Amino acid sequence: MLTAGIDVGSVATKVVLLRDHEIYHLVRPTGWSPRDAGLNTFQELLQQTGYQESEVVCKVGTGYGRISLDFIDKAVTEIHCHARGANYLVNGGGLVIDIGGQDSKAILMNDEGKVLDFTMNDKCAAGTGRFLQVMAAALGVDVSQLAELAKDQQPLEINSMCTVFAESEVISLLAKGSNKQEIIAGIHRSVTRRVWGMASRFGAAKQIIFTGGVAKNLDVRNRLAKEAGAPVIAPELGQFAGALGAALYARDLASKELS
Amino acid sequence: MRPQSMKVFDELRNLNVLTVQNAKQNGERVVGCYCTYSPQEIILAAGAHAVTLCGTRQEPIAAAERDLPRNLCPLIKSSYGFAVSKKCPYFEAADVLVAETTCDGKKKMYELMSKIKPMHVMNLPQSQTGEQALAAWAKEMEIFKDWLAEKFAVEITEEDLRKAIKLMNREREAMRRLHATTKVKPSPVTGVDLLVAVWTKGFNINKEDGIKLVEDLTAEIEELASQGISPFSPEAPRILLTGCPVGFGSEKVVRLLEECGASVVAFENCSGYKALDRLVDEDENKDVMIALAEKYLSIPCSCMTPNEGRLELINKLAKEYQVDAVVDLTWQACHTYNIEAFVIRDYVQNQLNLPYLHLETDYSESDVEQLRVRVQAFLELVQGA
Repeated sequence: MLTAGIDVGSVATKVVLLRDHEIYHLVRPTGWSPRDAGLNTFQELLQQTGYQESEVVCKVGTGYGRISLDFIDKAVTEIHCHARGANYLVNGGGLVIDIGGQDSKAILMNDEGKVLDFTMNDKCAAGTGRFLQVMAAALGVDVSQLAELAKDQQPLEINSMCTVFAESEVISLLAKGSNKQEIIAGIHRSVTRRVWGMASRFGAAKQIIFTGGVAKNLDVRNRLAKEAGAPVIAPELGQFAGALGAALYARDLASKELS
Repeated sequence: MRPQSMKVFDELRNLNVLTVQNAKQNGERVVGCYCTYSPQEIILAAGAHAVTLCGTRQEPIAAAERDLPRNLCPLIKSSYGFAVSKKCPYFEAADVLVAETTCDGKKKMYELMSKIKPMHVMNLPQSQTGEQALAAWAKEMEIFKDWLAEKFAVEITEEDLRKAIKLMNREREAMRRLHATTKVKPSPVTGVDLLVAVWTKGFNINKEDGIKLVEDLTAEIEELASQGISPFSPEAPRILLTGCPVGFGSEKVVRLLEECGASVVAFENCSGYKALDRLVDEDENKDVMIALAEKYLSIPCSCMTPNEGRLELINKLAKEYQVDAVVDLTWQACHTYNIEAFVIRDYVQNQLNLPYLHLETDYSESDVEQLRVRVQAFLELVQGA
């Protein structure tokens, strides 16, 4: 059975095609049209894998753009899709920390991966991928370089939670001649403190699974583990956890209809 | 199907303004109130009308922020904004205002507001336990009664008070029966409609007419229920809403919950059931001020410390209304409800074994889509996704 999960995030659109245990995946920038991003990425992945659209028995959408996808069978929130996907990648439940483009969330699961509780950042961009993007731009580096630059650096104190004020703070630090790499380390620590402050309300979890685009940043990952005082697992396909979860929901849905 | 009587309530919003203006023209006195702690019986016994004042809309907040801090709760800002911008017809009609020292934000705002209209502020005890608190609150009732009698140059007799108590108790009982209509599964009426009815009723100064309207609506909803008519499917998760007061214009969370497929069946907040749970003791042998003080002091508002009564009321309503989950709404910068959320979460999740969602927002529409994700994810959780 072939199913699809389409996760249209604020920054990136992720699509997963799932057949038995085979996971095909593709990520593309969302751009200005969430619907087009979802549809085009889905079709591009079909082309790459050689499957026909008619072979996909069920499509589930998630992410902020899910409501604009008119070609899907069902929409499920990113909370449940991320948990489902994360638990597929790393069995045994625990705490999922997902840092995406415009929000960060912590999801508590039982051993079977069922969502017990969740929390999300408030409406501002503190502790999100957007925060890192804005800071990277202020520092004149690419987001993909942040992890390498911050590696093993002593973090400088970044006090402001507000993205706009933190940007001013970073600019003043630069003006004072502070070390850029230490500033980046400080930015990373600020993000992880914020996110862990939110996630730690669930207490000690069996394991911590880190997903979303920011999980690719090794320095953030290490600092998150330090804040948590526990190892943090970042599965290789972590960025696709939401799309994978959606594809798994699609599989359930299709099986239910077949039976 | 929407109850026909709801149309009456929709129209009542305009009618209420006319009624209060006519009353003014006839030389009748109007007392404006903000809070469920305002002892309406004393106002009625003074031959005056008690009316709720506006404070649940976003529009006047900008005007309020000229004087008040931006990071203050929207309810306080909205109330003050309506007053300074003269956009609330009930505020305009009020001869005097009565307020209580509930939260810090309100009581400091009242100092500014008292420059606009004559205002009496009752010193509310911060605790509900002990003879001292009750005696102090009874004394505050007495002081308010004397203040009002002097302002309006009337005598407030014990007989008038006893009569007003009976009338207010009848109103409370009518409101309780209206709330109770949603005990049926699935609920015959939407939470949004229930809220509209309860809210519009607060602005109606004619008590007897108001009771009749509520009774008619109740009868109609009960009839719908007996025919098995409901706007919800039997699977719609039944929600108890607790936390800050919700009114027309600030009903976005209730609306979102129902748009996402839930049925809001119980309102524990003070704009809902909180102030209805206990009647005033009608025992003629009891001191009338003590009887009033006992009722009003028992309201389990988060400004009380401790506030065990809120847990008991949530427990009671959760069982009676067979709810599937609890949603706790905090208006931004409402410290007392926001901090209490910690206790409520623990109680709901671990004692009642029900899913719990805490939402913190304001009156603006800016975060509706973010809230929708939380609400949808929560309902998926409730339905065992």
